[in-house]
Amino acid sequence: MKIRRFGLGAIALVAAGTLALSGCASGGSDDSAGDTAAIITTNGSEPQNPLVPTNTNEVGGGKILDAIFEGLVYYDGEGAPHNAVAESIETDDATNYTITLKPDLTFTNGDPVTADSFIDAWNYGALASNEQLSSYFFEDIVGFSYDEDSELTGLKKVDDLTFTVELNAPKSDFPLRLGYSAFYPLPASAFDDMEAFGQNPVGNGPYMLDGENAWAHNEKIDLVVNPDYAGERTPVNGGLSIVFYATQDAAYADLLGGNLDVLDAVPDSALSTFEADLGDRAVNQPAAVFQSFTIPERLAHFGGEEGKLRRAALSMAINREEITDVIFEGSRTPASDFTSPVIDGFSDSLEGAEVLEYNPDEAVKLWAEADAISPWDGEFKIAYNADGGHQAWVDATTNSIKNVLGIEASGEPYPTFQEARTLITDRTIQTAFRTGWQADYPGLFNFLGPLYATNAGSNDGDYSNPEFDALINSGAEDTDPASANEKFQQAQEILLQDLPATPLWYSNVTGGYSENVDDVVFGWNSVPLYYEITKS
Amino acid sequence: MAGYIFRRLLQALPVLVGTTFLIYFMVFAMPGDPLLALFGDKTPNPAVLERLREQYHLDQPFIVQYFLYLGGILRGDFGTSFSGEPVTDILARTFPVTIRLALMALFIEFVLGVLIGLISGLRKGKLFDASALVISLILISLPIFVIAFVAQFIFGIQLGWARTTVSAGAPIQDLILPAFVLASITFAQIVRLTRSSVIETQSLDFVRTAYGKGLSRRRIIPVHILRNSLIPVVTYAATDFGVLLVGATVTEGIFNVPGVGRTLYQAIIRGEGPTVVSFVTVMVLIYLVVNLVVDLLYGLLDPRIRYVK
Repeated sequence: MKIRRFGLGAIALVAAGTLALSGCASGGSDDSAGDTAAIITTNGSEPQNPLVPTNTNEVGGGKILDAIFEGLVYYDGEGAPHNAVAESIETDDATNYTITLKPDLTFTNGDPVTADSFIDAWNYGALASNEQLSSYFFEDIVGFSYDEDSELTGLKKVDDLTFTVELNAPKSDFPLRLGYSAFYPLPASAFDDMEAFGQNPVGNGPYMLDGENAWAHNEKIDLVVNPDYAGERTPVNGGLSIVFYATQDAAYADLLGGNLDVLDAVPDSALSTFEADLGDRAVNQPAAVFQSFTIPERLAHFGGEEGKLRRAALSMAINREEITDVIFEGSRTPASDFTSPVIDGFSDSLEGAEVLEYNPDEAVKLWAEADAISPWDGEFKIAYNADGGHQAWVDATTNSIKNVLGIEASGEPYPTFQEARTLITDRTIQTAFRTGWQADYPGLFNFLGPLYATNAGSNDGDYSNPEFDALINSGAEDTDPASANEKFQQAQEILLQDLPATPLWYSNVTGGYSENVDDVVFGWNSVPLYYEITKS
Repeated sequence: MAGYIFRRLLQALPVLVGTTFLIYFMVFAMPGDPLLALFGDKTPNPAVLERLREQYHLDQPFIVQYFLYLGGILRGDFGTSFSGEPVTDILARTFPVTIRLALMALFIEFVLGVLIGLISGLRKGKLFDASALVISLILISLPIFVIAFVAQFIFGIQLGWARTTVSAGAPIQDLILPAFVLASITFAQIVRLTRSSVIETQSLDFVRTAYGKGLSRRRIIPVHILRNSLIPVVTYAATDFGVLLVGATVTEGIFNVPGVGRTLYQAIIRGEGPTVVSFVTVMVLIYLVVNLVVDLLYGLLDPRIRYVK
């Protein structure tokens, strides 16, 4: 090992020497530009599913797909959408969309990217018998069915570069969703053998797999620059080597040991030290992840007016500042709404947001008012899965409640995530429970509609408020993003009164990079924008 | 001898069936729905869940699932992981890595352990013996993850002598540090075992006879003392090899070794039933074979032990 390091060092010295010499000759060249052939190493995890865009719903596979595919739109570092494959996406009523593609784009196997590449891929992803994990992304398109195989009749090809989309109901944020991996196009060859495609995907993105055996299962996947890529995400490095780690600790050790260039998840054990270890190469910024706990209305003492008072009292009894500082070492940001600061339209000054601030006196007062309606008995519990590192903050939160309100409060651990999710899904859970949401695309609606609209898929607390539904729907119909966001904010102000979920904090993305790389920017979805990274 | 081996293999059959049944049952009895966990915090549509259940036979009663699985194994089909890779491929990929690591660890612990144990035994009560005792006691009492993290920090990060984790393909030079960590605990056991065995053998009659015949220490120590002291040590090391083979989960996790232990750990976390059961089945097989080999080794090392027909 020592020998190899010495060898590398010697090469680096020689390289530095030549750089210095050429610098003299040309009168100062820019040696910080980096090497366009250099491979960036970064952390990842073994994809849980084959690398098929519509069947990937976790970060391990998502990170790879985002690098090797390009959708109709892509998101920049702030989460703003830009047209990628799409030349234009037009609508008058938020229901019917006409999508025009840029001409002459190809997949890395030479197949052209056409309207069919999208129509066929979306139909494949939506077909019930294909059992794709992300099929729900197509549920708004006319013709979609969960129960039986049906064609997405809302997709119509006009010509090779144009197709139209008809939705069941107006959804003004539909164009915003199109950057998500489920909407990526597929080459015609994929449909011959999807299983083989999942092991060796062929895309149209800035990177492509480095040969047949690029995916060394459980070890790493090697990506190289796609020479035919013609979009805006042109890489300034030579490729990506995504190394799969079983633990974040191992990845962090590799970053410190100089074997890893970019890390996007700092292990809990290093949260208190990583900013000192890495200095200005440490990254700690809010992410599109919202954490909360949910108190279903069906629980005793939590229905009607009494429930409203108790929810507000509980929320004000939690010292979010202290918990994010002490338990999370500043790696969480106290919540001031139901979405996330990285999302366009976010506001930290919603009417009624003071219910999320620590206010023991008001909490005690509201709790007493609720007691006047019906005296409190029993214990307040928050259920969580013990395999996810939640115990510390749940204990701190319930302690905070216990100290302020003087009631019994504690955490209720379930051994595994599966077990907790099962009890929550079949509605047998008899306590409050931990909830969280990671956005699929950078829009306010994604944090609100699926979670709190009446009968929505992930409305685990069975919340229902017609006023909220009306505002959400009218926002979804509004083709002007600014006025749509205004309605979503008004909808949130209703949530702040009802507190169907009690907002706690936003997760931060914590990461860092080595001295070898520069220009590391983390995107809205906590994944670094790899194509912008330079390595010297 | 052949008859003995055949009988032992026959005995292994019910053990194998019994363990797979137990393991399958335990995976089955794990609370919660592994398919729900696939969707994270999002609640999937019930129709989607229903179809996934059918695909993985999760809608069938336990005993039907078990026989479907057993039937698959008999046809050489161990099922596929959620990422679409056949479990047999995963086995074929991870076991060579773990075997390499286990052999290296075994080599280190055996050579160092026997050497230090022998010197300690020969110099009973002297300074060397006392320090070896202290060091081995410290190693025995330290949990392996402490040793692993400390070794990784000192040799990987601070000194830069070794790679902090094992790179893809698990080359030998990357495995040296994890092998030493793995070896550290059993190394201490082997030192203690060799030492006491050497002390015992030294006082036996044939050793005194050998001295009496005027043989040199250089001949008596390796041939008479060491060889006879090694019987318990070899069997211990062989059993330990079985333990190392079935995965050093903690060490493989810390050094990111793409071997059996790490893969199994991930499969358990993700609730991938077929992968978990197949891995454990193969582990049980290995354990049975290693135990058989250990029993046969007794006979080779000590001719007094004979296997009855």
